[in-house]
Amino acid sequence: MSDLAIQTDGLTKVFGNFTAVDNISINVKKGEIFGFLGANGAGKTTAMKMLTGLLSPSSGDAKVSGYDVYSESELIKKNIGYMSQKFSLYDDLTPEENIRFYGGIYGLDSKQLSHKRKELIESLELGEVKKKLVGSLPLGWKQKLAFAISIIHEPNIVFLDEPTGGVDPITRRQFWERIYQVAESGVTVFVTTHYMDEAEYCDTVSIMVDGKIEAMDSPDNLKKTFETNSIEDIFIRLARAAKRGDR
Amino acid sequence: MNSFKGFVIKEFKQIYRDTRTLVVLFGMPVLMLLIFGFAIRNEVNNAKVGVLDLAKDEVSSVIIQKISASKAFQIHAYLTSYDEVEAYFREGDIKEIIVFEKDFARNLTRSGSATIQLITDATDPNLANIVQTYTNAIVGDYAQELNASSMPVVGIKVHSKMLYNEELASVNLFVPGLIAVILMLVSALMTSISITKEKEMGNMEILLVSPLKPNHIIIGKVLPYLVLSVVNVFTILVLAKFVFGVPFVGSYLLFFAESILFIVTALSLGVFISSVANNQQTAMMVSLVVLLLPTILLSGFIFPIKSMPIPLQVISNIIPAKWFLVIVRGIMLKGSGILIIWQETAILIGITLVFITLSLKKFKVRLQ
Repeated sequence: MSDLAIQTDGLTKVFGNFTAVDNISINVKKGEIFGFLGANGAGKTTAMKMLTGLLSPSSGDAKVSGYDVYSESELIKKNIGYMSQKFSLYDDLTPEENIRFYGGIYGLDSKQLSHKRKELIESLELGEVKKKLVGSLPLGWKQKLAFAISIIHEPNIVFLDEPTGGVDPITRRQFWERIYQVAESGVTVFVTTHYMDEAEYCDTVSIMVDGKIEAMDSPDNLKKTFETNSIEDIFIRLARAAKRGDR
Repeated sequence: MNSFKGFVIKEFKQIYRDTRTLVVLFGMPVLMLLIFGFAIRNEVNNAKVGVLDLAKDEVSSVIIQKISASKAFQIHAYLTSYDEVEAYFREGDIKEIIVFEKDFARNLTRSGSATIQLITDATDPNLANIVQTYTNAIVGDYAQELNASSMPVVGIKVHSKMLYNEELASVNLFVPGLIAVILMLVSALMTSISITKEKEMGNMEILLVSPLKPNHIIIGKVLPYLVLSVVNVFTILVLAKFVFGVPFVGSYLLFFAESILFIVTALSLGVFISSVANNQQTAMMVSLVVLLLPTILLSGFIFPIKSMPIPLQVISNIIPAKWFLVIVRGIMLKGSGILIIWQETAILIGITLVFITLSLKKFKVRLQ
């Protein structure tokens, strides 16, 4: 096996006569934090959906965790975690019940489940609210819980779709600390974001414009190439050239 | 298997915690049965009538007695002249005025025929018709008694007998229809809403990314509603039997088997709707317009299919409730066995299979 967690070659998705994702080739190394940047409508979500098996590509190749997206999507599903920007917890269940449910659908047995439940409640400091409904928790707590749940089955790769939308800077900061912890344990983190300061935390950043990857490198190298000292600057320069509107 | 069990448990918990859902699930059926059972009736009870007896002889008074003895009528006013007729109808309470001609008894004995005039308030044509028919029947019965006791008369006598629902109680007819409506409501409407809710909240994405198979997701979502629907069928049956005294002639086993078949039909429709609709509102509107209305209007629940225009009759054939109604009415009132209703059952199975295939196909196409 190679040391690549995600590998795509000319991955393309066409809806009718609209090319949402246009011939992208990326390599994500195992255990790295890969930042996937792009304006709204650039094709980030579509690309992510193809990698997580929610959409089948129109053409091109992609391997996720060493498995082919066309023929081995079932194996991919077992090896990835996914957290959406909506957090996707059940508001009318308690944190414990959410953990048990999502653990269950990822095939954890009862013993693993009760172990995980205790461990997560403890490490997330959810003890006092474990019997409350998730709907009544603050956003930051939901986000922590959603992230923990997305890696409950100890996947090789975790996809985070704008995980920090709408939370305050301190909570965001704490969240990134957790991302670091998880990455250090060897899990590859594939994250989309709108916050440019977050891009700086990534090992590799790619910037997507109009369905194409316009830049991909470590934040430091990108700054050198574009002769500037902020990722934001690069992003704005590239995104301005976009022909697609905001949709 | 563990994952599937967890799914069903979670679904039950969510239903149990949502008061609104609970009310719709369990309050609605009872409420609807009571409303339909008590309020909407095709038979007449205690209709107020007036009598204008210009004869005041022994025959007319016997007939008046018979009418007032009938449960259907209540004699509200005795008129003295024709001039009052209009005024009484204007008041609106009186539905019918029965007029006996002068010398009623004498005419009857002399020429063998006497006339009773029925004046009916036809602002509600249905009611007017029923009231007239009832009056006719009472008078006709009495005429036959007279004929039997005196000399035989030549002529054709109509002997009519209503089979299977002798009291002509509309509740007997409504209950099967109501079961269909409620099952549509609970199974199709509730599942379509609960599945689209998962889509709306983004949970569906996670479920689809997980190793859970799409058909496991569907079955997991649908199974709790199947169980609850069976509970509902049971509730309605108990209420119908003990509150309204609806007869049940046929086999309970067959009845529940057919009900489960219809529930599956409704569930597959619900899943299909949720695969088309993207949010709860759409799902609700589509369910109400496409499922509930036709189930009420075109299934023969309230309006007889035979009296609809041909195009509507044709359309009624694709309404599952139509077939279910034939089946349930057959089982409950006639005691029909599977040999008699196998055709309707087969059609229902056919419709169900079509929708299961359609929704599985639609659902499988990952997201979008």
